[in-house]
Amino acid sequence: MKINAKKINKLAIGTIWALVSVVVLILIFLLGYILVTGLSDISWKFLTSTSSSISAGGGIRDQLFNSVYLLVLTIIISLPISLGAGIYLAEYAKDNWITTLIKTAIEVLSSLPSIVVGLFGYLILVIKFQLDYSILSGAIALTIFNLPLLTRSVEDSIEEVPKLQREAGLSLGLSKSKTIVGVVLPLAIPGIITGVILSSGRIFGEAAALIYTAGQSAPIVSYTDWNPFSPSSFLNPMRPAETLAVHIWKLNTEGIVPDAHIVSSGASAVLIIVILIFNLSSRFFGNWAYRKMTGTTRKKRG
Amino acid sequence: MNEIKEKLLKPSKETHQDQIGHLISLVCIGFIGILVVAILFFITTKGLATFTTNHVSVIDFFAKSDWSPSQKGPNGKPEVGALAMIVTSFAVTLLSAILATPFAIAMALFMTEIAPKRGQKILQPVIELLVGIPSVVYGFIGLMVLIPMVRTVFGGTGSGILPATIVLFVMVLPTITSMSVDALKAVPRDYRSAALSLGATRWQMMYKVVLRAATPGILTAMIFGMARAFGEALAVQMVIGNAVLMPTSLTSPTATLTSQLTTQMGNTIMGTLPNNALWTLALVLLVMSLVFNVIVKLIGKRSAFKK
Amino acid sequence: MSFGKKGITALILSCGFLALALTACGSSSATKAQNGNKITAVGSTALQPLVEQASREYQVDHPHVNVNVQGGGSGTGLSQIQQGAVNIGNSDVFASEQPGVNAKELVDHKIAVVGIAPVANKRVGVKDLSMKQLEQIFTGKVTNWKQVGGNNVKIVVINRVEGSGTRTTFEQSVLKGQKAVNAQQQDSNGTVQQIVSSTPGAISYLSFPYLNQKTQEISIDHVTPTDQHVENNDWKIWSYEHMYTKGKPVGATKDFINYMLSDKVQKRLVKQIGYIQVQNMKFEKNADGHVQKIK
Repeated sequence: MKINAKKINKLAIGTIWALVSVVVLILIFLLGYILVTGLSDISWKFLTSTSSSISAGGGIRDQLFNSVYLLVLTIIISLPISLGAGIYLAEYAKDNWITTLIKTAIEVLSSLPSIVVGLFGYLILVIKFQLDYSILSGAIALTIFNLPLLTRSVEDSIEEVPKLQREAGLSLGLSKSKTIVGVVLPLAIPGIITGVILSSGRIFGEAAALIYTAGQSAPIVSYTDWNPFSPSSFLNPMRPAETLAVHIWKLNTEGIVPDAHIVSSGASAVLIIVILIFNLSSRFFGNWAYRKMTGTTRKKRG
Repeated sequence: MNEIKEKLLKPSKETHQDQIGHLISLVCIGFIGILVVAILFFITTKGLATFTTNHVSVIDFFAKSDWSPSQKGPNGKPEVGALAMIVTSFAVTLLSAILATPFAIAMALFMTEIAPKRGQKILQPVIELLVGIPSVVYGFIGLMVLIPMVRTVFGGTGSGILPATIVLFVMVLPTITSMSVDALKAVPRDYRSAALSLGATRWQMMYKVVLRAATPGILTAMIFGMARAFGEALAVQMVIGNAVLMPTSLTSPTATLTSQLTTQMGNTIMGTLPNNALWTLALVLLVMSLVFNVIVKLIGKRSAFKK
Repeated sequence: MSFGKKGITALILSCGFLALALTACGSSSATKAQNGNKITAVGSTALQPLVEQASREYQVDHPHVNVNVQGGGSGTGLSQIQQGAVNIGNSDVFASEQPGVNAKELVDHKIAVVGIAPVANKRVGVKDLSMKQLEQIFTGKVTNWKQVGGNNVKIVVINRVEGSGTRTTFEQSVLKGQKAVNAQQQDSNGTVQQIVSSTPGAISYLSFPYLNQKTQEISIDHVTPTDQHVENNDWKIWSYEHMYTKGKPVGATKDFINYMLSDKVQKRLVKQIGYIQVQNMKFEKNADGHVQKIK
C-alpha cells in the first residue's frame, strides 16, 4: 500500500512536470516564432518613423506611444475604481444575496466579448457622448473589461492578508478604513501589482474593443507640444489613436503596403519586448513599494 | 462638562473616517453595478429588436441553422437561424477549457506546492507573456502554422473547431492558471502540514487536501477562462473558417457567435435586420455566460470545503 | 499612518480629476466639431489607406484642418453619414444597394474604381475560366477542378462576408442574382490571400491591389484582369469606391473631397495603391449593375 502510494506520488509529480514543460515549450515556440520572424525587421528607424498607408518602409513610432499612453490612461481610470470595489468586497460586503449578485455582475462583465464592449463604447461614448474616436473613448472601453479582472485581484490580494494584521490595527484604535489603507493595503500591493501586470498584458494586446473606440488611424502628432488640449499634441486624450495591436490587425487584414507582413511581424516582436520590459520593471517597482510601505523586505509567500 | 459629554456622545473621528472609507468603496462597487446594468439593458434592448421589430420567430432563431438575414430565403423571409453558431461556440469553449484545465492545475500545483521558489520565478513570466501576446498574433500564427498542420493530419481545409480549440487553449491557459494559483494559495498552510504529518505523500496531500479545498476557486478560474474563450473574436475568426454551417466534424469549417459578430458588424446598417440579428447574437453570448455563472455557483455551493 | 489619509485623498482627487477631465474634454470636442475644421471620414476599409495617405498630405498644406480617417466597414460608414455623425461616409457599395439607407439624402462622390479578380491556389492547374464556369463553381454546381480542366482536386470555395463591397460586386457581376453556395467566409483581402495561397483547391476573389505571386489570378473568357480591360469594361467585375456626404458638402469637407478628386491624388496615389482613376473609365455603372458607355 505504502509503496503504491509512493509510486503514484512519483507518477503524479512526473505528470505535473511534463504538463508544465509542455506549456513552457509552447511559449518558447510562440516567442521564438514571433521574435525570429520579427526581430530582424526591428531597427531604430522602424521604431522612430511614422507608419505608412501605401508605400513600404513605414515605422511604428506613433502606434507604440499610443499603446503605452492608452495603457496608462486605462490604469489611471480603472485602478481607483477597482481598488474601492475590491476593498468593499473583501472588507465590507456581508455574505448575503446582494453580494452574490454583485459578484455575479462582475463575472458577467468579465465575460463580455471585447467586440461587444467595443460596440457598446462606440454607440455610447463615441456617438452619444461625442467623445469621438479618441484615446479617452478607448481607455473607457478598456476600463469596462479591465475592471472585473482588477477588482478580483484586489479582492484576492486583500483577503490573503492575515486576519492578525487587521486585529493589530484595530486594537491600536484605528478606524477600519485607516486599518485597511494603512495596514492591509500595503501588504496586498505585490498581489495587486501582479493583477495590474496581467491585465496590462491584455490591454496591450487588445484590438477588437479599440477598433471602434480609439480608432484605426494614427494622425501625425507633435512630441514637443506638451499642452494636452492642443489637437496636435501627443498628450491630447481626444485624438484618435491606433495602437500597436490594432495596427497589426489592420496590416494582417487590409494591409495594402507591400511590406505588410514584415511590418506586422516586427510590430509583434516589439509588442512582446515591451511587455517583457514592462513586466520586469513593474515587478521591481512592486518589491520597492512593498519595502517602502512596510519597512521590511518582501518575504517569499507560500 | 457639556463639552466632554458632547465629545463622548458624538461619533469619534475614527467612525467618520470609517464612514467615508465605506462610502468610497460603496461608490466604486455601485459604479460597476451601474455599468453592468447599463450594458445588460443596452444589449438586451438591441438584441430583442430582431424579435420585436423584425418579427423573427424565436423558435426559428434557436432551432434553425440557416443564416442569411440580408437575403430572402425560400419562404420569402430572411433566414435567421443561429443554432450552428451557438453549437460551435459551446463546443470550442468547452473543449478548450477541458483541454486547458489539467495544464493549468499542473502549472498551479508546480508554482505553489512542488517548486514554489523556482516555479514562481519561471512560470509567472510565462503566464504574463502568454497573456501579453495579442489575439491577432495568436490568430495569425494559427493561420500560418496550425491550419497547415491540421490539414496534413486530418485533410480538408484545416480550419474548424479543432484549430480554434487549440488556439483558445493557449489563450485561456494563463487566465485559468493564475486564478488557480490564487485559489491554491488561499488554502491554509495548516491543511498541508496536517496532511503531511499524517503520513500522506505530497501527491496525496495535493490531491486529497489542497485541490479539494481549492475546488470552488478552480471552478471559478475555469469560468473566467471559458468567458475569455467565449468572447474571443479575432483569433477564432482567423482559424474557424467562418462558414455558417453545422459542424460535422472537428475540422469542418464553421462559425462562432463572435466570429460572425466581428466579420459582419461593419457591413450592416444600424437599425436593419442584419444588424439587429447580430446584436441578438451578442445577447445570446451574454445569456450563455450568465447560465455558466449560475451553474458554477451551484457547484461551488455543494463543495464540501468552503473557504 | 499618514499614508492612510493621503491614500484616501488621492483616491478622491483622482476620481474628481477624472470627472473634470471628462467634462472638459467632452465640451472641447463639441466646440471643435462646430468649427468645421475637423473632418471625420469613416467607413470602407478598402478606401481607408488611400484617404489616410491623402489626408496626411492634405494637412501639410492645410495645417489648421484636422482630418480623421477611420475604417469600420462600408455599413458603418453609411450608417454614420446617414445619422450625420460624421462628415464623410466611405463605402464600397452604392448607398441605394443597402437596405435601410435613405440614399436620396446622400450625395455620392466617386473617388476611384476597383477591379476584382478571381484567384485560386497555385496548384489547381487552371488559369482561365469562362464566366459560366465561375458561376457554377460559386453556386456549388461544379465541385472538382477536374470538371473545368484542372487537376483532380476538390474545389474549396472561400467566399467574402455577406454585405461586403467585394462580395456584392462579385455576385452582381458573376452570379446575377443566384445564391452562392454556403461556404467559408473571410472578411478581409489579407486573410483571403493567405488562405487561398495555402489551401489546396481553394478559390476566392481579391481586389486588384492584392493580386500578387502568392495566388494564381484567373482570367475570365481569356480576358486578363488589368486596368485597361476594366476601363474598357472588357473585365466586368469592378465597382466604385464612394465618399458620401449628407447633402452637398460645404467648407473644409468640400475642399477635402475636391482634393481627393484632384490630379495630385488621382494621378499618383490612386495609381500607387492599385486602383483605377474614375476619369479614365470609358464606361459607367449604376447601382443596379447596368453598364453604359460614357459619351
